[in-house]
Amino acid sequence: MAAHSRTKGASRVEHLQIPLPKQALALRGFVPAILLFALALFAAATIRAQSPSGVSELAPGSAQLINPDELLSLLQSTTGEKPLVLSVGPSLLYMQAHIPGAEYIGAGSAKPGLDKLRARVKSLRHDQLIILYCGCCPWSHCPNVRPAYNQLAAMGFTHVKVLYIADNFGTDWVDKGYPTIKGQ
Amino acid sequence: MRKIVLSIVVIAIAVAVYEGAQHHSHSKGAPPGAVDSPAATFAVQDLDGKPLSLAGYRGKVVLLNFWATWCTPCRGEIPQFIDYQSKYGPQGLQLIGISMDDDAKPVHDFYQQFKMNYPVAIGSASLAESYGGVLGLPVTFLIGRDGRIAAKYVGAAEIPILQQKIEALLQSK
Repeated sequence: MAAHSRTKGASRVEHLQIPLPKQALALRGFVPAILLFALALFAAATIRAQSPSGVSELAPGSAQLINPDELLSLLQSTTGEKPLVLSVGPSLLYMQAHIPGAEYIGAGSAKPGLDKLRARVKSLRHDQLIILYCGCCPWSHCPNVRPAYNQLAAMGFTHVKVLYIADNFGTDWVDKGYPTIKGQ
Repeated sequence: MRKIVLSIVVIAIAVAVYEGAQHHSHSKGAPPGAVDSPAATFAVQDLDGKPLSLAGYRGKVVLLNFWATWCTPCRGEIPQFIDYQSKYGPQGLQLIGISMDDDAKPVHDFYQQFKMNYPVAIGSASLAESYGGVLGLPVTFLIGRDGRIAAKYVGAAEIPILQQKIEALLQSK
């Protein structure tokens, strides 16, 4: 039912009025709350994506990760900035085989490892390219790379990548014939 | 005539090279830790300081598990291994745990917390290398009564398959 009418002295338009069911009218009161809730969800997702402590940042395929073949190319390249490669896994893994040039820091899941990581990078420029890796176990179970990454992010390092090792260092690096060295 | 002689010489050289290569590959043997190769012997101390060696379990089926307290899939396997030791121990199964932890303290704590019923020792790079390298956890070897590696599982073992293999090995004398 259209109800356009003009009153004397003032223009007034009455919009189309469609009677709403009682339930819909009752829900109208919740609209602001729903909008606020959606806004809060969006904000939380945005903050999480930007937060250095967000675990989701290290999800497979995310920008913070580097694949083994990409790292190999980077290490073998004769041009460009050489990354600082840091092993944040268990020492017995590093002693058996590690990426040439990688420095041993210690397990990122333990305080001594994080302390050593802080000390190692303390004097570096915050835009230094740093590659962290572990490879102790399947990616989703690795206890070391996330705390180490979060530590560096919290310190303000902006060019930190984590080597994406899907299964373990043996399968995803050594067995592919990529270079390794032994020892401390 | 010269062509015939040349052909014979070329064939002789080719045969010699082939034989040499065959001999080299046989004498080189299987890489350490390979299935069907002899399991590397070791002698270490368990968490209580007692001697622990593979030779001490000669004639038994040995499940040798490389693990660590921080390794989630490893932790998931331990209760099953404890059950295996109880269930199959009387039939000749012996479990041995080699922890790849950097520090012994959490291993002691874990051992007591989970009431582990088989010996555990702290591993080393050389012990891991004697089994072909442990470059990711868990890694489990099944060693037959003859001392040869019967199976190797990288990553968490599929329990039904592992159990079937254990039972088959226990039946062999």
